[in-house]
Amino acid sequence: MIQHLAKNRDEAWPWLSAASVALSLLMLAALVSLLVVRGLGHFWPAPIEEVTLADGQVIAGHAVREAPLPDRPGHERLYYTANRDLDGALWQWVALDTIQTRSTPVELVLLDRASWGDFIGRLVAVVMPNERLEGEAAWQALQQHLNQRNTVANGAPSRAASGDSYVPGDTYLIVESVEGRQRQQPLHVIHRAQRPNAMSMGEKIQTWGSAVWRFLSQGPRAANTGGGVWPAIFGTVLMVLLMSLLVTPFGVLAAIYLNEIAHQGRLTRLVRIGVRNLAGVPSIVYGVFGLGVFVYGIGGSLDEWFFSDTLPSPTFGTGGLLWASLTLALLTLPVVIVATEEGLARIPDAQREGALALGATRLEMLTRIVLPMAAPAMLTGVILAVARAAGEVAPLMLVGVAKLAPQMPLDGEFPYLHLERKFMHLGYHIFDTAFHGEDVQAALPLVYATALLLVLIVLVLNLTAIFLRHHLRRQRGN
Amino acid sequence: MQASLPKSAPENAAVMHFATAESCLEINDFSLAYAGVPALQGLSLQVPRHRVTAFIGPSGCGKSTLLRAINRLHDLNESVTLSGNIQLEGRDIHAPQLNVAELRRRVGMVFQNPNPFPMSIYENVAFGLRLQGRMLKRKRDDTVEWALQSAALWEEVKDRLYRSAWTLSGGQQQRLVIARTLAVQPDVLLLDEPASALDPISTLKIEELIRNLKSQLTLVLVTHNMQQAARVSDYTAFLQGGELVEYGPTDSVFTNPRLQRTENYITGRMA
Repeated sequence: MIQHLAKNRDEAWPWLSAASVALSLLMLAALVSLLVVRGLGHFWPAPIEEVTLADGQVIAGHAVREAPLPDRPGHERLYYTANRDLDGALWQWVALDTIQTRSTPVELVLLDRASWGDFIGRLVAVVMPNERLEGEAAWQALQQHLNQRNTVANGAPSRAASGDSYVPGDTYLIVESVEGRQRQQPLHVIHRAQRPNAMSMGEKIQTWGSAVWRFLSQGPRAANTGGGVWPAIFGTVLMVLLMSLLVTPFGVLAAIYLNEIAHQGRLTRLVRIGVRNLAGVPSIVYGVFGLGVFVYGIGGSLDEWFFSDTLPSPTFGTGGLLWASLTLALLTLPVVIVATEEGLARIPDAQREGALALGATRLEMLTRIVLPMAAPAMLTGVILAVARAAGEVAPLMLVGVAKLAPQMPLDGEFPYLHLERKFMHLGYHIFDTAFHGEDVQAALPLVYATALLLVLIVLVLNLTAIFLRHHLRRQRGN
Repeated sequence: MQASLPKSAPENAAVMHFATAESCLEINDFSLAYAGVPALQGLSLQVPRHRVTAFIGPSGCGKSTLLRAINRLHDLNESVTLSGNIQLEGRDIHAPQLNVAELRRRVGMVFQNPNPFPMSIYENVAFGLRLQGRMLKRKRDDTVEWALQSAALWEEVKDRLYRSAWTLSGGQQQRLVIARTLAVQPDVLLLDEPASALDPISTLKIEELIRNLKSQLTLVLVTHNMQQAARVSDYTAFLQGGELVEYGPTDSVFTNPRLQRTENYITGRMA
């Protein structure tokens, strides 16, 4: 009996370990596919449904999702109806059993406007100073105008800041909601116009591609609930690169000291344990340290010495790119030290003695034999550091990240790299969009898309380092 | 300071008397301790120039320690204390003004396990040359070829000089390490059980190489293998418990040892 159990156990454990691998992979796949479907699906030009309800009300919008009714059996469907300036809301729940007719008329347009968000309805007319076009001709004229402007000004509305106030002499549109309420819209507030119901598959894919591209390449609009995330991508990558530049030399030198130079006594062991434990300190603690030491301490002193003419408005005495990179470098230092040390410890002493026996000094031995051999391990450390740093949000909120940074930290203005500027970060962008927007429902797809982007960026940074490591290993012949 | 020994008698190693060879290395009353535990005690011996000298003895007798001391590889270990002196061509190798890197260039060392660097065969041999500063590529190429030929490896690797050294077999790797050491033209070559990790064919090649190399430099060989010591060495030192027991021409040590302890060890009667 006992033997039988033991035999079973012997057969069971490989399955158990395989199952845990499978479970982990499944969860990972679920995570990524959720981000891909929700994130990328947001940019797809979904059909606009025109729905007539039992009480005679007519609405039009994208069907978003369904949920059970709270008070009676049956389901209700959420529609994205836009037209916040007319209805006061972007969304409407509709009980399925009250729907009389559903159709997808091809002439329904979706207008992306500078203020009040999207408009869904029909285009009645385009009124130019000397001409008034209606029907299909109006749509053609609108398309022509928008295309013209896009090629000139790269998609930015000419007078976005001026809102939708009508200036005499401007071209304007007359639009009508599906219920028949009309509005005048100056042409310059319209970013884009599309008729998703009239699109072919090819056009849809093209529209989707350009929407994704805009998301990647443009700055945010409407308090981060719309527009793109380019400044956040740029800020994240720049901060991580700067952090890597700061942490690698420090980490590698520290590891060399601990492993190659220091007397291997109790003190060294204690320091090593200390370093390993630093990796477990919660990141917000590093944020507090960065705020106290880098921002207020060093930054405040720098301001007093070099930027006293601009005080009391701080230059370095407030959160910025440099302090954020330094704080994260400190946070990831243990990872780099530990990985490098492991790499150094794996190098056989025979290699070191071989180099010394040929008349190499200790420095020559280090630079020509030990460091090249430990380079893959160092890169592993940097990979781990990048993965950790790119995903950190908490400490950044204390030392330099901004909800909306007016200026990029890298531009054409001397000295090009502005270390004191605040920057945007994808992780913080997710947090801000998800919890601090006015309309969480509208922001949610952007949160998924941004999260997907963050994962992809970490992946790309890691793959670069892994490729580099592979290249190094091949070069060294092992 | 040059040791004033008589010039060597006619080249006949088998019958040549010990004292007639000119000494290259002189070890005088040399003691070494690891963290206070003595490993070598009051050793004195002279290693003759352009001869092969073998150190034999049971494990832990200190023969490898002595070899490493000649190359000052104990410098890195802070718990090591020494007394007495070792002289290379009449100069104390522990003298404060002596450049350790220069000493190690003049005293090459080959270890038990082949330790080629993770680079190409060519770069392995050129490593020591590059340490000595800039050199015309042509001259470097010639030196690399000469070293590989001296180590009897050239014919086997001349078509793949730029392949990783780790693609070579164990025996080839060991000969590559010897070539690498020869490239910097040392005066002394220390070999720490150079063939103990190799197969019999490779071992024979290494032994042949050792015999051929003594026309160029002085060799000191540590080995566990009695037959090997008898086959390749001109002089043999028997160490036991950190002390030098017997030292003399190999023939007399093996055929007519002066001490019972030596005879017991050589004939394998010692536990």
